[in-house]
Amino acid sequence: MTTTYREAVRAGMREALEGDERVFLMGEDVGRYGGAFAVSMGLLEEFGPERIRDAPLSESAFVGAGIGAALAGMRPIVEVMTINFSMLALDQVVNNAAALRYMSGGQLSVPLVVRMTTGAGRQLAAQHAHSLEVWYAHVPGIKAVAPATVADAHGMVLAALEDPDPVFIFENAILYPLEGELESDGLPLDRAAVRRTGCDVTLVTYGGSLGKTLEAAETLAGDGVHAEVIDLRSLRPLDLDTVLESVAKTHRVVTVDEGWRTASLAAEIGMQIVERGFDLLDWPPQRVCSAEVPMPYAKHLEDAALPSAERIVSAVRAMVA
Amino acid sequence: MAEFVMPMLGADMSAGTLIAWRKQPGDTVTRGDIIAEVHTDKADIEVEVFTSGIVEKLLAEPGQQVPVGTPLAFIREDGKAPVAAAAPERVPPLEPGRLLISPSAKTLAAELGVDLAVVRGSGPGGRIQRRDVEAAAAAVAERPSPPAPPVAVEGEDRQAGMRRAIAAAMARSKREIPHFYLSEAIDMSAATRWLADENLHRPVQERLLPGVLMLKAVALALHEVPELNAVWQGERVVQSEAVHLGVAIFLRGGGLVAPALHDVDGQSLDELMHGFRDLVSRARAGSLRSSELSDPTITVTSLGERGAESVLPIVFPPQVAIVGLGRLVERPWVSEGQVLACPVVTATLAADHRVTDGHRAGAFLTTLARLLQEPDDL
Amino acid sequence: MTTKRAPRRPGLELEREHARVLLHQMLRIRRFEEKAAELYSLGKIRGFLHLYIGEEAVGVGAMQVLREDDRIVATYRDHGHALARGLPMGALMAEMYGKANGCSRGHGGSMHFFDVSRRFYGGYAIVGGGLPIAVGLALADAMRGEPSVTACFFGDGAVVEGEFHESMNLAALWRLPVLFLYENNLYAMGTAIERAQAQLDMELRARGYGVPAQVVDGMDVVAVEEATRRGVEAVRNGEGPHLVEFKTYRFRAHSMADPDLYRTKDEIEQWKKQDPIALFDARLREQDLLDDDALAALEREVADELDAAVAFAEAGPWEPVEDLERDVLTQ
Repeated sequence: MTTTYREAVRAGMREALEGDERVFLMGEDVGRYGGAFAVSMGLLEEFGPERIRDAPLSESAFVGAGIGAALAGMRPIVEVMTINFSMLALDQVVNNAAALRYMSGGQLSVPLVVRMTTGAGRQLAAQHAHSLEVWYAHVPGIKAVAPATVADAHGMVLAALEDPDPVFIFENAILYPLEGELESDGLPLDRAAVRRTGCDVTLVTYGGSLGKTLEAAETLAGDGVHAEVIDLRSLRPLDLDTVLESVAKTHRVVTVDEGWRTASLAAEIGMQIVERGFDLLDWPPQRVCSAEVPMPYAKHLEDAALPSAERIVSAVRAMVA
Repeated sequence: MAEFVMPMLGADMSAGTLIAWRKQPGDTVTRGDIIAEVHTDKADIEVEVFTSGIVEKLLAEPGQQVPVGTPLAFIREDGKAPVAAAAPERVPPLEPGRLLISPSAKTLAAELGVDLAVVRGSGPGGRIQRRDVEAAAAAVAERPSPPAPPVAVEGEDRQAGMRRAIAAAMARSKREIPHFYLSEAIDMSAATRWLADENLHRPVQERLLPGVLMLKAVALALHEVPELNAVWQGERVVQSEAVHLGVAIFLRGGGLVAPALHDVDGQSLDELMHGFRDLVSRARAGSLRSSELSDPTITVTSLGERGAESVLPIVFPPQVAIVGLGRLVERPWVSEGQVLACPVVTATLAADHRVTDGHRAGAFLTTLARLLQEPDDL
Repeated sequence: MTTKRAPRRPGLELEREHARVLLHQMLRIRRFEEKAAELYSLGKIRGFLHLYIGEEAVGVGAMQVLREDDRIVATYRDHGHALARGLPMGALMAEMYGKANGCSRGHGGSMHFFDVSRRFYGGYAIVGGGLPIAVGLALADAMRGEPSVTACFFGDGAVVEGEFHESMNLAALWRLPVLFLYENNLYAMGTAIERAQAQLDMELRARGYGVPAQVVDGMDVVAVEEATRRGVEAVRNGEGPHLVEFKTYRFRAHSMADPDLYRTKDEIEQWKKQDPIALFDARLREQDLLDDDALAALEREVADELDAAVAFAEAGPWEPVEDLERDVLTQ
């Protein structure tokens, strides 16, 4: 069945709300407004204001409330409008959600799901364009995932609700209108997926960059360079096993990451590849990331700052020349 | 940095075509200078520049049509220095004489027994990559033997490369592998009689050599002691399902290769004979495949007619054993209390003592001897 | 020396027993805290130690009113609340020792006492950090129609944090069963309230959110109990959140590391005259509900419990280092 990424997230939430009375959605404008990105459109009418709760602009309070409700046995989905605003709730995330189980000596579980929109590309400028997934991926005690396909947009919501630990779902804004198949290949939440096979170079990516990476792979195929594309899906934990299996074949790897280059997820991945697969490498691991600038407004500047299919192709060509 | 853009040259102009540049990067321009010629619907027009300075970069090529307002060139205005490019990342210098090679290429070179001194690197800074090692390995095998006598200077150079590769591999083998040796004198009367009978019915081209009997017997004997049919991968020994015998072939003018005859245990003697002949001719013609060099799971070396009675060979890494066959000689042999003259071959097994021991290695040799008593079953 | 006992009357019996409980609870906390200070100086307890000495009436009085099915969120100054809630003294002592038989398995220490079985949800070191959690606990109960109240203790430092504002607003907006218990001991670490709060009148501020508030003498355990009872009943009745401010004072510094330079000795001595235990003791003796023998018996009982707690902690095992990464995640 073909649908859009946006509708797939909605469908996942709807199924969860129907199937488990402990599940509820809480966030800014998720109800009457229909969701800032129209993801929850119609859910208020279907499930009522007790289960679809419009929260005031109090990220710390409603993320913390989500934690508290989860402690008391509910299964909340907290929607933070964007990863940019989530910084206001970082105290609750890092000091509470991630730490409560460990701090209490294993007594507490926090079965919380937090969804937020991430990424740039729509000329929304510096305060609306962050890709800070790596900050979340840094923290022990939580899980972080990035659905890049329609199937994962649906499946990951449901899998996250099954998980007894806090799961953070990062939905890149450019993906909402993406069309695709709803049926998933049943991969568990913590596994990467090979989206395209090849033997000359491994391209590792996640989220909004998957499309550009596949585009680059297509272009490279025309050159006779066959790229294997890996969609990480899970950012914490990282499935390096799948990546290394690929590098064992190709001996060359490029990570495409919309985060800023310094201390990026790409840096972590490169390091792990060198640590575990040093002898597999025929070339140093490479990365294509966002330029070290607060995201500019002008389109051509924003495009230049973000990873693009062209930059990925160039990076690979330099490795196989 | 100032821009020179496609000018509006008429009220209804939306785009123009650049015909030619009158200035080049590095040229100084003064406000009012003609910098380019542009074609519009109406006419070809000479266009002036409005800033003074030095032409930094041209952004369009003659023949290109661009919309009005599109930047066509950058001009560095007087007195303004260009924005410094980001300082290139400094990398600490390497120690002199250090070999640049990728980790994967290094591993591969070890596996193939390629001497890195002879490899030319195609990566940045001359870094050796996998494909360079593969090329070197193939080159070693494919280097054609010179038609001139081996004393010739040219031949010596080419042979020298191969000798160095062999030397490096053999030295390494002796250094790293704790060799032990077992020998067995094998009664070949049954085998020679059987061969003689077989070959009577065969035309010359299809006659079987004693060598293939030996090869088949070795392959089958390995079923009894499979740990001898294994290779080192990194830090562990991996047994091979298939038996690919490396057959040592001596090249004219010196030099040695040991390419694989694949799946020897499953082939008939005729197939083996055919394969062996093909392998030898290609080895001497220099057209072996690199996979043939890396596929052997164990090697058999025979000195043939002119060799010594027994040979104590060196294991070819990453294999763990090697079988040496001496010359077929007539020797006194005791059979049922009687002393007879028998054709005898001395088979020697050299093996890696980290992987196996005398007891197991001995079993291989006794099995080999037993199999050669029933040549019909080979 | 015994004083003449008044004839026993049924009403007074109940009061006597209840009075004994209140005094006993306050004494348990006082002696525990004194012992903790001693053990800290000996290096048995490490990190940060925040003592509740002087504030016992608040923890004890409030906790008396809360039921088993109610929920509690406290701050890093949580020893008194934990003891009053019924967490075993030995488990708390062991936790401060860092032992595996501590209430948080040695993972939290003094600031992070947790006991899910007693609905004691911590122990928070981020000032104001527990308030949103309390709102969430209450939200769950409201959604399920449970009659539980979530009691959230916090100090004067928290009331100027953004999370206080957000939590009060959200609790009031959604009419959640949160009882905000404001322990105003006049100082947030070294900063006096006059230097932190533009508006000191908390009742006024609470009214700004539509939250009814009471202000009470935090050194009077009976007054604390009564005020808390009024608040709990209103909240349990579905009237939405309530706030109670307890005016109280800590006799020791903010923590063991604090040289207490921001308060005068005079001020501290003045407040010590309001020692809640001394005040209650005097009041009970006045009503013939307490004499020296009874007090001595209580002190002995407390001393025995404390000795056992220290022994429990001393004997406790250290969690094996191999288990370092256990319970970061549930699976």
